[in-house]
Amino acid sequence: MSTPQPQTPFGALTRRRFLLSRWPWRSLGFVLTSPPVSAVTAGVLALISMPWLIALTYVIDAGAEPNPPQLGLLMFLIVLGTVLVGALGPLVALPLAALERLRLRLVDFRPMASGHRTPGPGLWAWVRTRYTESATWRELAYAVLLATVAPVLFVGLLVLGFAAVTLMLIPVIVWQEGPGQVDFIWSTIDTMGQAVTIGVLGAALLVLLPYPVALLAGAHGALARALLQGRGRGELSAELGAVSRSRARLVDAFEAERRRIERDLHDGAQQRLVTLTLQLGLARLDIPAGSPAADSVADAHDQAKQLMAELRELIRGIHPQILTDRGLPAALGQLADRAAIPVEVRTHIPRRLPGHIEGTAYFVVSEALTNVAKHSGAAAAEVAAHLVADVLVVEVRDDGSGGADPDGGTGLTGLSDRVSVMDGTMVMSSPPGGPTLLRVELPCPQNPPPSA
Amino acid sequence: MPPEPAPVRVVLAEDGVLLREGLAGLLGRFGFEVVGAVGDAEALKGAVAELAPDLVVTDIRMPPGFTDEGLRAAVELRRAHPGLAVIALSQYVEQSYASDLLDSSDGKRVGYLLKDRVVDVEEFVANVRHVLDGGTVVDPQVVRQLLRRRRDPLLRLSEREREVLARIAEGHSNAAIAKLLYVSEAAVGKHVGSILAKLDLPPADDTNRRVLAVLAYLRTGREQ
Repeated sequence: MSTPQPQTPFGALTRRRFLLSRWPWRSLGFVLTSPPVSAVTAGVLALISMPWLIALTYVIDAGAEPNPPQLGLLMFLIVLGTVLVGALGPLVALPLAALERLRLRLVDFRPMASGHRTPGPGLWAWVRTRYTESATWRELAYAVLLATVAPVLFVGLLVLGFAAVTLMLIPVIVWQEGPGQVDFIWSTIDTMGQAVTIGVLGAALLVLLPYPVALLAGAHGALARALLQGRGRGELSAELGAVSRSRARLVDAFEAERRRIERDLHDGAQQRLVTLTLQLGLARLDIPAGSPAADSVADAHDQAKQLMAELRELIRGIHPQILTDRGLPAALGQLADRAAIPVEVRTHIPRRLPGHIEGTAYFVVSEALTNVAKHSGAAAAEVAAHLVADVLVVEVRDDGSGGADPDGGTGLTGLSDRVSVMDGTMVMSSPPGGPTLLRVELPCPQNPPPSA
Repeated sequence: MPPEPAPVRVVLAEDGVLLREGLAGLLGRFGFEVVGAVGDAEALKGAVAELAPDLVVTDIRMPPGFTDEGLRAAVELRRAHPGLAVIALSQYVEQSYASDLLDSSDGKRVGYLLKDRVVDVEEFVANVRHVLDGGTVVDPQVVRQLLRRRRDPLLRLSEREREVLARIAEGHSNAAIAKLLYVSEAAVGKHVGSILAKLDLPPADDTNRRVLAVLAYLRTGREQ
């Protein structure tokens, strides 16, 4: 018994022991409980789509005898029907779908959850959620199919069942009435042998009846699953997980690349430039003051020094060395030192955090302080970074004029994007008149990813 | 001026070959004798043990980890050789680096400078000589940044006192500070006394109290 147990009638149909399994009975149970549900659904749907049905009769009548003055009425009925179905349809479909999801357990062992979202409190929130989500309208589509197609198929199956029973009764009837007395379809049954053959055929048909029953139950179940199930939560979250992991990998890769560029510039261009400037400084000493060369060497020396400062700024912008070397508290301190206004930094981070977390936190504070300097008109700011239960909480507060709009500036959007890649959250409070508080939380589990 | 037994023997540690040669050239040009030039912290420790130099000039960020190997080696060397003068060169301002180093051996004969300072050759050499003479040199930018931090006990100092403290940290004497700030030497003396008092420094007549004042500053930068 290494093969897994089938989960649906479709899976069971191909098994050799299908007829002896519980699947024929489960399928039968499902198929037999369908008509009542279908009938009630059909009745209610017919009621709310009455205007459409009336309009339909008009159209059929009009086919026989054109009647132009009723066009307005026709339009009215169609619109009224649409409104009724749109407004009341979901109210039919929602409980039906709940019931059907239960009933589906007869023939489908796989777990199933509805695709409905959880609405907020209040009737209006419920209405808004339910009438705008696709799950509701897929359920209405299911209700319509259940009311229209299902009865037809059920009747087909019923006919098949009656036929089988009738065929089995043929020998009994022939035995009672005598050969030659009974008409069967196109000919008369002349011998008892013929009658028995037909009876055996009927019995065989009855025995094999579970196959079409299971087929119908399976098809119905598959349709129900397709329409009534939300996108499997497991499936969806797995996909989302994969996506966010790949985003995180990308960010990691960027971070690593920036560190590499910083290292290359530091080892290469920066070192050469410092050495060159040093040599120019020495040359300056060797050239007698007042000679024409003295001025140009002095000028070259000054320019080289300026270039050094610029290169240093550039490297800092790519990836601050101090972040790699001394960690986040030191790097935040440096940011504060370089800010245009006094910035107080408080940190409590007892361990080194993964590189991408440090990078993101640094980036957040850097951007936030830039915003403070540019827009807030603040006189002072505070930066706090605390590691609380494996979550890094970073807060930037200023005493400025407030009114920052998280959706307004690309800077803030960029921040929020960068934070969300790390599975973090960013909230902001900035009432007009201030103060402004930006709070970012970044989860940092104890076991950092290998790239850190 | 203390009598200078010529020449000063120097060991250089810098992982960039070009810059190492440049620095050796610079020091040689000013009469220092560069007895060893190495590329990492382990080699530096070996060279100091073997060559017993008067002065070590070391980069802070060196292989293999490229973080603070040079600094940790320098602190270790100061512990092992209390009289050894050390100048640490940093890529960037970081006062905790400076405090680590200044905490060693009373903070005498140490310097913490940004690497970029070496290109102003004469000033750099003046700083080196100051350290060799028993002084303390902290990069002006470190001091400037410290002064911007609004924390106790800095808050207790007046604007003027902070300015004076900054000059002390840069290694200036009272006379030099007086000249720089255009005030009388007596006024500077008064400021220094007030600074020491406000920073709760013991009133012993140890000239090193000036260094302690700088240390107090740097420690404030490290709190939290």
